Amino acid sequence: MSLQPTDTKPLFMRGPSLGVRMLLIAVFSILLMILDHQQGHLRTVRQGLAVAVYPIRVVVDLPFTAASWMGESLSDRGRLLSENRVLRTDILIHQARLQRMATLEAENARLRALMDSSAQVSNRVVVAEILEVDLDPYRHRVAIDKGNRHDVFEGQAMIDARGVVGQVTRVDLLSAEAILISDPGHALPVEVNRNGLRTIALGTGDTSRIDLPFLPNSADIEPGDLLVSSGLGGAFPAGYPVARVMEVDRDPGRAFARIRAEPTASLNKEREVLLVWPRLTPVEAPMGTTVQGDPEASPPDPGGEG
Amino acid sequence: MAAHRRMWPVLLSFLVALSLEITPMPEGMTEARPAWLAMTVVFWALADPRRYGLGFAWFFGLLMDVLKGAILGQHALALSVVAFIALKFRQRIRVFPIWQQTVSVTAIVAIYAFIILWIDGLTSDVSIVPERALPVAATLFLWPLLSWLLGWARRHLRVA
Repeated sequence: MSLQPTDTKPLFMRGPSLGVRMLLIAVFSILLMILDHQQGHLRTVRQGLAVAVYPIRVVVDLPFTAASWMGESLSDRGRLLSENRVLRTDILIHQARLQRMATLEAENARLRALMDSSAQVSNRVVVAEILEVDLDPYRHRVAIDKGNRHDVFEGQAMIDARGVVGQVTRVDLLSAEAILISDPGHALPVEVNRNGLRTIALGTGDTSRIDLPFLPNSADIEPGDLLVSSGLGGAFPAGYPVARVMEVDRDPGRAFARIRAEPTASLNKEREVLLVWPRLTPVEAPMGTTVQGDPEASPPDPGGEG
Repeated sequence: MAAHRRMWPVLLSFLVALSLEITPMPEGMTEARPAWLAMTVVFWALADPRRYGLGFAWFFGLLMDVLKGAILGQHALALSVVAFIALKFRQRIRVFPIWQQTVSVTAIVAIYAFIILWIDGLTSDVSIVPERALPVAATLFLWPLLSWLLGWARRHLRVA
């Protein structure tokens, strides 16, 4: 081996030939893909490798973190002061609103208790940062910097200050991957805030648009309506804004109306998102069919409230 | 002889290629990301086929699967096919003039892109749009640059 320069072919073949090795690798890869496609078989393998490649994600993200840090530390005092003032005013306004929120929440809980339906509880949230890495230009997936260690779980809802962003699809030890509501493979149960009309919102592959393909022409929906998550399906907590209806196209020749909505969350700009831990309450059943279950039967809150 | 050849520049070039595969691109160019890792695999397979052959390509492909959140084995399979073709036609590709070499590497990257698209199509819905060909086109421009750069590293760092 060591006598031969690398350029020449070996005189005698050692080990299996190139073709055979290729075939073995191909068969093994295909087996791997089949196992991985059947959910969960290779979770531990992937988690181990994910920890190994996490530094690469961090290194790629580093210049962006550094740039924002530099921007903060080099901006002049006057700007920081004015920004601080604006933020303080914002906090004051929000605090004032929250004061009323507490009483409203209590009132809501009492009313819901009267109606025999499950109470909405305040959710625990944690701020996660979206890593500046590109996963696949044709899919709307992001990597976030919170993982198993921070109690993140699969299917967890992700929101920002203005609305629903997406949900967690895969959790590793230190990071997680999430799908945005604009991914063509994502569907989200929503309702019209004005009248409670329920439907499904599908992603389109365009971050500024989601579609509502399952509403009949006669549905009571208008441009400007706010869509909020309905909480059906159990993945998303109910009541978070999702999108605003932009365009309703009722074509009598078609069975369903064509409705486009614009997500309220800024899907491609925001770097920070909130992960929400729902208090796992049974899905709200329509009036009259409420399941009279044992209140202790619902799984416990993974973490408590914050 | 083999013992004197350094390995770290090669590993470093693979890691850099992996990072470039997920680095955010300027607005409007996200679809045109060159197939950095595939080109790196081709280069080292041509340079030192004994060490950086199928196994290396497969392993870094697997890392890329995890990094990109793809199905495990997708990029691993595609990259080992890339290495296979490069090894199979190594004696010819090596002596090609640079433009001819660029064309053949572009063809290999096209096959790579096709395998990726094919597996994507089998596991989920894909939109087949003309932009899918952009990474292949980017290879056409970047291969001469990359092969010059890695060739320089190879000569000066006594890699292979």
